[in-house]
Amino acid sequence: MNEYSKKMIQVPSYNLLREQDADKQPVLDVRNLGIDFGGLTAVDSFQMTIGPTEISGLIGPNGAGKTTIFNLLTGVYQPTRGSILLNGIDTKGMTTAKVNRLGIARTFQNIRLFTDMSALDNVKVGMHNAIRCSFASSVLRLPGYFKAEKAANEKAMELLEFMGLADVADTKAGSLPYGVQRRLEIARALATNPSIILLDEPAAGMNPSETAELMHQIRRIRDTFQIAIFLIEHDMNLVMGVCEGIVVVNYGRIIAKGTPEQIKNDPAVIEAYLGRKECGDAEN
Amino acid sequence: MTAMKKFWNNKTLRSNTITYAVVILGFVIMQTLSSMGMLGSAVKGYLVPICVYIVLAVSLNLLVGVCGELSLGHAGFMGIGAFTGIVIAAVTAQLIPEGTVRLIVAMAAGGILAGAVGFLVGIPVLRLRGDYLAIVTLAFGEIMKNLINNMYVGIDEAGFHMVISTEQMKLLPGGTMIISGPLGATSIQKLATFPMGFALILVTLFVVLNLIHSKEGRAIKAVRDNRIAAESVGIPVTAFRLKAFVVSAFLAGMAGALFGLNFSSLTASKFNFNTSINILVFVVLGGMGNILGSVISATVLYVLPEAMRSLQDYRMILYAVVLIVVMLCTWSPKIKNAIRAMPVLLRERFRGRRKEAGSHE
Repeated sequence: MNEYSKKMIQVPSYNLLREQDADKQPVLDVRNLGIDFGGLTAVDSFQMTIGPTEISGLIGPNGAGKTTIFNLLTGVYQPTRGSILLNGIDTKGMTTAKVNRLGIARTFQNIRLFTDMSALDNVKVGMHNAIRCSFASSVLRLPGYFKAEKAANEKAMELLEFMGLADVADTKAGSLPYGVQRRLEIARALATNPSIILLDEPAAGMNPSETAELMHQIRRIRDTFQIAIFLIEHDMNLVMGVCEGIVVVNYGRIIAKGTPEQIKNDPAVIEAYLGRKECGDAEN
Repeated sequence: MTAMKKFWNNKTLRSNTITYAVVILGFVIMQTLSSMGMLGSAVKGYLVPICVYIVLAVSLNLLVGVCGELSLGHAGFMGIGAFTGIVIAAVTAQLIPEGTVRLIVAMAAGGILAGAVGFLVGIPVLRLRGDYLAIVTLAFGEIMKNLINNMYVGIDEAGFHMVISTEQMKLLPGGTMIISGPLGATSIQKLATFPMGFALILVTLFVVLNLIHSKEGRAIKAVRDNRIAAESVGIPVTAFRLKAFVVSAFLAGMAGALFGLNFSSLTASKFNFNTSINILVFVVLGGMGNILGSVISATVLYVLPEAMRSLQDYRMILYAVVLIVVMLCTWSPKIKNAIRAMPVLLRERFRGRRKEAGSHE
């Protein structure tokens, strides 16, 4: 049992919320979400809430629809059914860019950095909407440009330092090692000043010590920026160690919700991951 | 000393300075030669077109190299600028007697109209990508060419007339035709000068280089490198493609106006598909996203066929061979590596010989 799950309280019919989040509006309130691709129902009746400073996990076997859910939340796909409330605002029909400006940032399962740009520039692209500088003043190099650019540099360096990337600031993103690229993606997502950040398999391709470091970093992100984190991960050590609430999906539907302890012992989850017991029973 | 070092370590500042320096040096040399009377009239005639093609190449590079959008209709924007410039220069002839001022007004008008057309065309067109965008921009260039080809513009005491058929064109006595359909514009007052061309190059470089190294430029490059990621960090992708498209069209229109006011007569057929492709060749050969490369390749590739005029029919074969060789040298990794390894190889060979000589002693 980790230190965080002790502080959890049960919210009827929805997910678990941290104590400090209980009386606040959830950052993300997903209601009855579903999407069909042609005749195939990829996600159906997906329902959950995430508190303003909660770390939650989304797990499930391969092909369960986890990344599809992320794509729905970020506006890459438009849902067939249901609604997504981001800080109380319905994101229906909004583009990914608009959804991001309203507060959802994400990373990608297959890393999507701007490979030809330096790490610092990648973060500065993330700060695009935060940099207050008009088109005219950047083209004509008015004083406003230099001021905005200097502030952006400082802020971007701070973020890189926070993610432990200060020494690779001038390195091309494409030539960085895999684990470093993953952290840079998080830094870029944080640069958009989100209220919730979605991490799609942040530990993929990392060794155990890097994963442990990442767990520490995920908590530090939440504590420093006071934002919610929602992550997809196959590494159960990370999920069980860092998440306060976990949602398990299979075939596009939620099969279990709860604290890490509850999920570990949930028969439906065990079945989804390991299959039914009946064969073994018959032999015995 | 430290300031110098800091300057050299700043890669973008360094490359920008080199670009400006090369252009200014080129201007000073040509201007000096010209004022000393060392340039033939043929060479003098190339100067303004070179400036025009440099501006076109740099502005197309913004679109193709930096933004990653293949456009085959750049000559269309150039044509809009050229004929707008010609009309404005003719209309304001009495109003603004000073040639240079009139040229600036004409260029600004050409740029603004080309930019406006770029904006209108860009709204629907920029929802397309890749090959489809290339096809639509190609069609745009052809449409613009044919539109101008069928346009009759004239001015008389009653005012300004613009129609698309000869029969409707009824000028009062004393009126003058500015554009007469397929015959194009005739008796244009030559206003374009080499210094103005140079000034336009500087303006273009200033706008394009500043744009590339700003928040907007980063966003444009981000859209090119990874559209999905760019969207995920809140960059409105279509808006940025449109911005690049409009700026590029604006600069092409300015260059077109300069081009139009450099000849005594001009027909719309000049702004055909071939011209668009030529500009694209300048960009590709100079290197995608490489601004100095565009400047150099536009100059060299414009002068080359002109200089080879004496070879008559063979010159285009030679031109093609040059293109292929340059393409191979800049594109093929094998040849690139071989060229890169050359100095090391030579040095080693030289050292080896010295060593051999040493061991003999």
